Amino acid sequence: MSSERGRIRITGFDADAVERREPLSDWTENRAGETEGRWERGWREFRQNRSAMLGLYVVAAMALLAVFARPITVAGVTVQPFALAPYRPDAILYVQGLDVSAYEAPSLAHPFGTDGSARDVFSRVLYGGRFSLSIGFIVVFVTAAIGLVYGAVAGYYGGWVDEVMMRVLDLIFAFPGLLLALIIVAVLGKGYWELVLAFTAIGWAGYARLIRGEILKVKENEYVTAAKALGARDRRVIFRHVVPNAVAPLIVQASLSIGTVVIGVAALGFLGLGLPPGSAEWGTMLDQTRETIVQGPGGTIPWWVTVFPGGAIFLFVMSMNLIGDGINDALDAQEGEDVARGGEV
Amino acid sequence: MSLRRFVAIRVASTIPILFGVSVFTFALVHLTPGDPIDQLVALNPQISAAEEAAIRARYGLDGPVWQQYLTWMSNLLRGDFGTVIAVDQPVGPYIMARLPETVALGLFGWAIALLIAIPTGIYAAVNKDTLGDDLSRVFALSGISLPNFWLGLMLILVFALWLDLWPVLAPDKPLLSPAMLWYLILPGVTIGTASSATLMRVMRSSMAEELNKEYVTAARAKGLPERTVVLKHVLRNSLISVTTIAAFLTAGIFAGAVVVEQVFAWPGLGRAFVQAIIGREVDLIMAITLFTGVTIILANLLADIVYAVLDPRIRYD
Repeated sequence: MSSERGRIRITGFDADAVERREPLSDWTENRAGETEGRWERGWREFRQNRSAMLGLYVVAAMALLAVFARPITVAGVTVQPFALAPYRPDAILYVQGLDVSAYEAPSLAHPFGTDGSARDVFSRVLYGGRFSLSIGFIVVFVTAAIGLVYGAVAGYYGGWVDEVMMRVLDLIFAFPGLLLALIIVAVLGKGYWELVLAFTAIGWAGYARLIRGEILKVKENEYVTAAKALGARDRRVIFRHVVPNAVAPLIVQASLSIGTVVIGVAALGFLGLGLPPGSAEWGTMLDQTRETIVQGPGGTIPWWVTVFPGGAIFLFVMSMNLIGDGINDALDAQEGEDVARGGEV
Repeated sequence: MSLRRFVAIRVASTIPILFGVSVFTFALVHLTPGDPIDQLVALNPQISAAEEAAIRARYGLDGPVWQQYLTWMSNLLRGDFGTVIAVDQPVGPYIMARLPETVALGLFGWAIALLIAIPTGIYAAVNKDTLGDDLSRVFALSGISLPNFWLGLMLILVFALWLDLWPVLAPDKPLLSPAMLWYLILPGVTIGTASSATLMRVMRSSMAEELNKEYVTAARAKGLPERTVVLKHVLRNSLISVTTIAAFLTAGIFAGAVVVEQVFAWPGLGRAFVQAIIGREVDLIMAITLFTGVTIILANLLADIVYAVLDPRIRYD
């Protein structure tokens, strides 16, 4: 009897009864259920958003068209043999013995007409997606990653670390984005990776500021204090407990800023500071046609060389913005609407 | 903290930022070989090495980068912004000659953005979830997704070439002449569209939020006509957030000017900047970068002040 002293006796509780009842109830012992559920619920809501799904289909279609525009060879091996675009994007058609002249209006043979060098605009627009889309996605992925780490460190540690890191951000924000990108491209020269670097350099700061703000909110929660009290290291607290709860606005911001990057890349191309002249990049194509529009080639105005490449940029950015809006609604990340949508830099 | 003290501290805190911007830009531009003198020599092969060195010395382009920076800085503090080497003209007057063009373009863009954004935003908020609201949403989304250079080209194509309502190139007239102001409409629309789309959505959401507040119910219960409720009570309160966003959009207007001036061959600062980049005119790049930096920082400061003045509840401390 004395050995029973101090023991807590629970009466009216039969563990076996709970075991037996369990299959009948909805309750399961899935600990990850809550976090998983959040993304699954988000996806379900996203799928019900018709305009967002339309955007997703358009972006997917444009990406597929760009990939299958021309065959891709890696180190001499053809990994992608299809060619949806009838001509090479840089092929000057009359040089190849075809009866085609410069500035031919759209026809069945050339649905988007030909440009000033007698190249097939349809092939160039399809192929051009490769530049804009890949730069857009690479830049957004890299900038979001950098901004995430930077903002998390600044917001979590606070104090003078935060102070110094935020002053660096002020420096970036004192430039209008496009100006800094222009300077960087002028320094590095034209080219694909130069553009990626330029837009990475201006893009990460926005994510850093966003994440820092979220971290400041999240780190006040008791579970962070609890994790620290249990002796978790800073890195673990940041990336296991703080960041996952601050990441939804980052995803929304990332999806919305792909459009910004694509427009920025095209703008640099249009200014003649993007890819080398003659590249089938959408903005560069518009640069080559500006003179023709303004001066007029005499006779009919070749509207097709302006309408189609620019229309491709517009279609892509619009679709990305529809997707971003959809993600925003689905994750319910931002209360205020439309303040930071992707667009002009 | 009083407002005056807040402004003083904010202005003082911009000095290190501007210093950082100047060091950063200077280093960046000097990272690569190649300056206007190289281009000059390439065009005039008869220039001897000694003459080249003399020209370089004249523009302070010899010596290590840090020394060049110090020279540049001490000149700047004395009000000397350096020289545009290609035309051998001081940077100060060079910028001042182009500034009015860009300011006019920017103001026109602003005016057009506000003229579209405020009425449409009010309409969309008052008629929330109707067809008109949906249409305004489509307009806003397209406005933001339109690349401004393409919009400019399309406007030239449709309104100047097909409908012949505008001249294709800017007429060579003084800035404030009627012909010039008429021509400004196309670039103004181009530069203002993206901002108007953003502003309109902010206007709509802030107005919709205000319309749900209790003072609106009170005003309606008092028997005020809906017009007075919306235009007098609600509009004033919703304009607060619009004003701040509007100031923040200044940076966007300037970045837009770089591209739009290129489309319309408009002789402003943005076009000068692109030419400076291509010609590696270090002094000009530095001056324009610092100038825009100051403008952006001042615009943000102005946004904070306007916010405090419009909303007496905001206190800075």
